[in-house]
Amino acid sequence: MKYLDEFSDPVLAERLFDDIRALTTRPWSLMEVCGGQTHSIIRHGIDQLLPDEIRLIHGPGCPVCVTPLEIIDKALEIASRPDVIFCSFGDMLRVPGSGRDLFQVKSEGADVRVVYSPLDALRIAQENPEKQVVFFGIGFETTAPPNAMTVYQAKKLSIPNFSLLVSHVRVPPAIDAIMNSPDCQVQAFLAAGHVCTVMGTREYPDLAARHEVPIVVTGFEPLDILEGIRRAVRQLETGEHTVENAYPRAVNEQGSPAAQKMLADVFEVTDRSWRGIGMIPRSGWRLSPKYREYDAEYRFSVTGIETEESTVCRSGEVLQGLIKPHECAVFGKECTPRNPLGATMVSSEGACAAYYLYRRLEAPTVNAPAANTPAKEASSVG
Amino acid sequence: MCLAVPGRVLEIEERDATRMAKVDFGGVVKDVCLEYVPDMQVGDYAIVHVGFALQRLDEESARQTLELFENLGVLEEEFGDHWGRAAKDAGAERPAGTELPADRSEKEARS
Ligand code: SF4
Repeated sequence: MKYLDEFSDPVLAERLFDDIRALTTRPWSLMEVCGGQTHSIIRHGIDQLLPDEIRLIHGPGCPVCVTPLEIIDKALEIASRPDVIFCSFGDMLRVPGSGRDLFQVKSEGADVRVVYSPLDALRIAQENPEKQVVFFGIGFETTAPPNAMTVYQAKKLSIPNFSLLVSHVRVPPAIDAIMNSPDCQVQAFLAAGHVCTVMGTREYPDLAARHEVPIVVTGFEPLDILEGIRRAVRQLETGEHTVENAYPRAVNEQGSPAAQKMLADVFEVTDRSWRGIGMIPRSGWRLSPKYREYDAEYRFSVTGIETEESTVCRSGEVLQGLIKPHECAVFGKECTPRNPLGATMVSSEGACAAYYLYRRLEAPTVNAPAANTPAKEASSVG
Repeated sequence: MCLAVPGRVLEIEERDATRMAKVDFGGVVKDVCLEYVPDMQVGDYAIVHVGFALQRLDEESARQTLELFENLGVLEEEFGDHWGRAAKDAGAERPAGTELPADRSEKEARS
């Protein structure tokens, strides 16, 4: 079991747990949208310390996990070209395409580089004018503005050998799609804090009203998550469904106007397919026509790629909160971080990897005293 | 990848007509673009994501978050050796050309 004293402020944590217990009279299902929150929840055993009535459903908020297979395959094809330096964030290295991943392509001799920032990729392009430098632009609203700025810079500085392979996704349409699903069990959302740092909270009141669902903007630290849960449960118990900001030190209503302006200039909203989930209308961005020449898909005309998804992987259901990772038959057996069959096992923000890492190998048996056993092991590794 | 890490602005300079800063993340120093938070000054704290300051943060919460991230291993994940970790996960050799540069300035800064 993760103990309260592992929280940065155990006294405050205990008070929040007490509050949540006192508020809760009925079963409620809450979805934490962001993979960073999932990681934090599992690591600290928050889900196991909560009253049994509160169920946390892990949402699709890991950009690595939802990047469609087709884009990964395009990345692999572009990265394999001898004239290309392919730059990516480190957590994309082991995401399986149809058969290979960037790590293997690099081992076979391709020039794949891990960068900390898209601006590093732009610098590499300046330093290697004889090469084509491609940056793998994935991520939610938090990562899209940096990538947008990089394309803007490439154009401003006339750097002709830089391009972006874009697969950006937007959170509000995903929340909408989850609520529209007939299987939906979600009764409240903990919205992703850093997405709102950029976008503000203005996109949410309409969603909350339309679906009659409380949305609480929540940070990543354990105490932030507890506060988010406390507010969501309070709303559920009193029948409210408004937008609350439980992460005011990083989020305000209007977000970052400068970032939003850049996004609107460089990108345009488009339908995007989410790995394991399928197409969600207007849920992504692509480069706007003005920046088309910086679009790697266009520059390298990678089309007609045949994708081959693992037939056993149930990450789509995991991403929508329909099953927990250990309910997948191959979890921890054929599928491990060493040999991931799905992206949710690769990224540390993926639910399958978080469960594997913290030894959640068995289904929690609610109400049974034995429920603590798997978590006990967790404390020895965590 | 989605997390953003708080850091302290050490110095600011104009580069290619862009406002850039050296930012200290608990010992790791990185170049950070300030264009989205243009009024940042030396000594201020910001939430930084993939090399871009996204929002100003007060010193106290920045310190707390950094401490927590350090304990959670988030800083290592963000700034550490991705090829080494991927190789370990894959049970494979580190691919050629991914050796750690001899002068890891951030490592030195950290110690
Ligand atoms: S355990 Fe592996 S195969 Fe199963 S859903 Fe998760 S990633 Fe897919």
